[in-house]
Amino acid sequence: MRLKITGLLLMLCWATAAMAASPVTAAPPEAVSVAVIAPPSDIKAVDTPNDAGHAITVSWQASPDEAQKLIEGYEVLRSEISDGEFVKAGYVPYGFTSFDDQDVPANGKDYFYRVRAVGRESQALSAVSNPARASEQWFNTLRINALISCILFTIIVMIFIARARSGQSLFIRRIAGLAAVEEAVGRATEMGRPILYVPGISTIADVATIAALNILGQVAKKTAEYDTPLLVPNKDPVVFTVAQEIVKEAYNEIGRPDAYNHDSVFYLTDSQMGFASGVDGIMAREKPATNFFLGMFYAESLILAETGAETGAIQIAGTDAIHQLPFFITACDYTLIGEELYAASAYLSREPMLLGTLKGQDWSKAIIVLLLIIGLAASLINPGIRVIILQMLRVG
Amino acid sequence: MKRQIPLIIVLTLGIFFFIQFFVPSQISTNIYQTTLQWTLVISAFAIVLAIGSLVNHHMLKIKRRKPHWWNSIVTLVALVVMALLGIFGRVKGLEPLGELYRKLFHYVQSPMDQAMFAILAFYMASAAYRAFRARSQEAALLLISGFIVMLGVIPFGSMIWSKIPDIAEWIMMVPNMAAKRGILFGVGLGMTATSLKIILGIERSWLGGGGK
Repeated sequence: MRLKITGLLLMLCWATAAMAASPVTAAPPEAVSVAVIAPPSDIKAVDTPNDAGHAITVSWQASPDEAQKLIEGYEVLRSEISDGEFVKAGYVPYGFTSFDDQDVPANGKDYFYRVRAVGRESQALSAVSNPARASEQWFNTLRINALISCILFTIIVMIFIARARSGQSLFIRRIAGLAAVEEAVGRATEMGRPILYVPGISTIADVATIAALNILGQVAKKTAEYDTPLLVPNKDPVVFTVAQEIVKEAYNEIGRPDAYNHDSVFYLTDSQMGFASGVDGIMAREKPATNFFLGMFYAESLILAETGAETGAIQIAGTDAIHQLPFFITACDYTLIGEELYAASAYLSREPMLLGTLKGQDWSKAIIVLLLIIGLAASLINPGIRVIILQMLRVG
Repeated sequence: MKRQIPLIIVLTLGIFFFIQFFVPSQISTNIYQTTLQWTLVISAFAIVLAIGSLVNHHMLKIKRRKPHWWNSIVTLVALVVMALLGIFGRVKGLEPLGELYRKLFHYVQSPMDQAMFAILAFYMASAAYRAFRARSQEAALLLISGFIVMLGVIPFGSMIWSKIPDIAEWIMMVPNMAAKRGILFGVGLGMTATSLKIILGIERSWLGGGGK
C-alpha cells in the first residue's frame, strides 16, 4: 500500500515536471518584428564660418529609410576623442541634414561627431566624422557685399559734399510737405494756437526717430522766431530727454532762450494706446493749428491723424513705416513718404553739405535702378544669372 | 567744447560699430552686447527724468487750473498708487497689494488700452470713406483696386467670379509690392545717409541746430 502511494506520488511529480518542461504546453513567444533602419552616412564636421567661435557645423547624408518614413529625427553626438564616449549635442527632426553645434566647449580643439538616426522602433548610429575645430573669424565674408555698397555710397556722398562745398549749386526738387512747414508755423502764429510735434513712438535706436528729431530742431527754430507755442509729447524716455535738449538749443541759437518753455517738451506714457489717447486729449483741448507726426508710428497713426483732422489742424506727417503711410496720406494734408523724411533736415536747413548728401542719395538710387534693369535683363536672357544675382545680394 | 565732445563720441563710436558689424569675433560681440546693456542703464536714468517731467507737467496744470485740470489729479494719483502697489506688492506679507496691482492692470489698464485700439475700426471706416471718394483718376484707381482686394479676401468675392481672389492677389503681389520695394530702397538709402551724416558730424540738428 505504502509502495502504491509512493509510486503514485512519484508519477504525479514526473507528470507535473514533464508538463512544465513540455514545449507544447508552454506559452508561445510573441512575434516581434523590429524594422532595422540604416544610419545616416557621409558625416562631415566643419568650423561654422563667420562666427565668434564655439560652433561646428555637422552635415550628413540622410538615412535611406527616411523616404519610407521610418525616421523621426537625428541625434547629433559629440566627443573629444574618436573612440571615446559621445554626448548628445543636439537633435533635429527628419528632413534636416545639418546641425550647427553652438555649444562647442573650446575653440582650437578637435571634436568628433556621430549622428544617430532615431526611428519609431530602432536607432542606428553613423560612423565617426572627421575631426573639426571651432574658431572665431575676424571678418564676416557674407557681408562683403554690404561693405562694398557702404564704401561706394560713402564715396558718392563725399563727391557731392565736396561739390557743394566748392559752391556748386545743387538742384533739389520741391517737397510739398516740407515747403508747407513755414506756412504751417505762420498759420499757427496768426491763429495764436500752438504747434503739436510728435516725434514718433519708437526709441532713439530707430533712424526714423533720429530723422524726426533733426526736423524738430528746424521746426523749433521757426517757432522760436515766431514765438509760437510748441508742444512735444513723448513716449520714450530717452527720446524725451534728447527732444528737450534739441528744442532748448534751437531757442538758444535763435537768440530767444527767454521764449523757451521747459514744459513744452514733456513725457506722456510708455503705453502705446495710452500715448495715443493722451495726444488725442491734447489735440481736443489745446486745438493746435498744426500737427506734425514725424518718425516711426504703428497702429496709433490713424487714431492720431483722424483726431487731428477733426480738430481742423494742418497736418504734416512723415514715416518710413510702409503700413502706416496710407493712413497718413488719407488723413493728413501733407505726407513725407519714406526717404523724404530723411531728406527733410537738409531741405529745411538748405545747408550745402546736407544737400550734397541728398544728391549722393539720388545718384545711389539711380545706380540701384540701373543695376536692377541690368539684373532683370540678364536673368531674362539666362535664368541661371538670377540665382547668381540673388546670392550676391544675400547678406549674412 | 560742449558740442565737440558729443561729436567726437559719435564719430568714434560710429566708426567702431560700423567696423563691428563686419567683425564676428568673440571680443567684438562682447563689446556690442555690453554696449546694449549700457543703453538699458541709460534708459533707466532717462525714466527718472521722464517721470519728473510727467509730474511737473501735471502739477503745473493743476496749479494754473488749466482746462480739465482734474484729469491731472487722476493721472498723478494713478501714478503714485500703481508705483506703490508695484513696489510693496513684492514684499513678503504684503502680497494682497501685489494682487491689487495685477487686478488694476488686467481689469482697468488693459481694457482701456483695448478700447482705444478698438476705436481704430471706426477711424478706419471714416478714413476709407475719405480715401475712396473718386475725385481724381488716382483716387478712382485706388477705389477700384481696394474694392477688388476686399472682394478677393472674402468668400463672397469668389462666389461672384472665381478669378477675383487671383486678381486681388496679383494686385497685392505685383503693383503693390513693387511700390513698397521702391519706397524701401529709398528708406534704406535715407537711413544710411542719415547715419553717415551724423557719424561724420555733417548733420548736427540733433545737437539743437547749426553746431557752430
